Amino acid sequence: MAGTPASFPQAWRKRTTRGELLLWVGWLALVALFVFCWEVMNENTMWFFVVDAPAQALDLGSRMVPPRWSYLPALMKPLWDTINMATLGTLLAIVMAIPVAFLAARNTTPSERFVRPVALLGIVASRSINALIWALLLVAIIGPGVPAGVVAIALRSVGFIAKLLYEAIEEIDASQVEAVTATGASSAQVIDYAIVPQILPAFAGICVFRWDINIRESAVLGLVGAGGLGLALQDSLNVLAWPQVTVIFVLILLTVLVSEWVSARVRHAII
Amino acid sequence: MLRLVNLTKTYRTGDRALTDVSLTVEPGQVVGLIGPSGAGKSTLIRCINRLVEPSSGQVFLGDTELTGLGRGALRRSRRRIGMIFQEYALVERLTVMENVLSGRLGYVGFWRSFFRRFPPDAVSTAYRLLDRVGLSDHVDKRADALSGGQRQRVGIARALAQDPDLLLIDEPTASLDPKTSRQIMRLIVEICDESGLPAIINIHDVALAQQFVRRIIGLQAGRVVFDGPPDQLDETVLTTIYGEEDWSATIRTAHDDDAVDPTEQAEGHDERETPAEILDRERMAGLS
Repeated sequence: MAGTPASFPQAWRKRTTRGELLLWVGWLALVALFVFCWEVMNENTMWFFVVDAPAQALDLGSRMVPPRWSYLPALMKPLWDTINMATLGTLLAIVMAIPVAFLAARNTTPSERFVRPVALLGIVASRSINALIWALLLVAIIGPGVPAGVVAIALRSVGFIAKLLYEAIEEIDASQVEAVTATGASSAQVIDYAIVPQILPAFAGICVFRWDINIRESAVLGLVGAGGLGLALQDSLNVLAWPQVTVIFVLILLTVLVSEWVSARVRHAII
Repeated sequence: MLRLVNLTKTYRTGDRALTDVSLTVEPGQVVGLIGPSGAGKSTLIRCINRLVEPSSGQVFLGDTELTGLGRGALRRSRRRIGMIFQEYALVERLTVMENVLSGRLGYVGFWRSFFRRFPPDAVSTAYRLLDRVGLSDHVDKRADALSGGQRQRVGIARALAQDPDLLLIDEPTASLDPKTSRQIMRLIVEICDESGLPAIINIHDVALAQQFVRRIIGLQAGRVVFDGPPDQLDETVLTTIYGEEDWSATIRTAHDDDAVDPTEQAEGHDERETPAEILDRERMAGLS
């Protein structure tokens, strides 16, 4: 060790005094912005209604209980539709997402300059539109019912699955691909032997995760006429049948719980 | 016989990895390729089977000029060149048998390989090779369940399953302990001798190279600066290849089987350096 202790500086700070000051000014500006936004937001609030809110909530709550359990058998068909919409929609999305993911991944795309941007655009387009909006458009095109819901779920899910899958493809170990390529294997064989084994766990996890999300989404798609539990919910809301609404809520909650449990089990088994 | 003529590689970043490399490897000859990290050893062997596309120069394997081949013909020629890797490069989630059989991919159609229905002679060859490398008890294990030395044995069996005319071996022992390193090197050299197979072995450990191969080529900044038998490797030559350093320990270990130069061991880990990312992308280009 060269030098005596005295020759080294004894003070060390992460930021300069100027940097420290700027940081505090930044925080102050953020607080000021928050206060300003709060003022703008509440310009049109009628505080009379807000004060009234607890009473209103209690009133609505009292109308929702007791739930009309006799309505339950009539909900079995819509429940079946909802599960079908989610499952078929997810399957359709998987079929479309796999090629898109391979076209979008930097290491498997045929052309990084032309094909990849198109695939990425497709992914972004699919992801930027909510399933409910897709359903709204598709009900207008295909007509009300389950098929519109299936397609809506599929179109929304393609982007999600393709995005996560292409990220998984880009993260694979290149040396395994190199080794299989070096044996003289064709491109299809390289995908089958070097890429697929590496992305399989991620792929299975992604699909089950999306199915789980789709069960939740398809439960409300009926609100815009795409069939399933949402349709029943809208019917009940229209006639102010609050005890039936409660039953539907409970059913949706149970369905989501079951799907969450199933997807957790499947992911646990694979990874 | 392998012949390289004025092989030059310049990466897109402008890094010149190889400059006018010309050399000939006779049938049955095992060549040790030494040189500092970044000297172009990995690039050199990858230019031979064109996992990295050479910028200029020619590569001949027998009568075939590999550098002039189209996609299909290149694929058929790659079947004749077995490759063994530093980190084994096994497909971790496939079984040992699938990894060895993947050496036959160039010989079978897609659907046969997809359903894992390989021809009987390929399967019996795979069993024979696994027996040869001492892994008969691990046929159906997943590759990631094996130890380092065992994995490298699978890598050797995979390369041999191709029934190759040439072996390209990239740092076969860099991730292995000294004893396993010697066992693996001995196995490789024995197998090459048995079937008269020529091989190029990239190797960091000078002592190990001296112990096992009969011809050493020294690469420095992409040029061949030494080509001769291992006993000609003295302090002057090592200084030409690697630069100024105290080489007495390195040379002495050549005659001492058990002692290992600690610096040689440490160097093994930062092998994939400088233009690694570009190299990775160029390797993957073989796919598209």
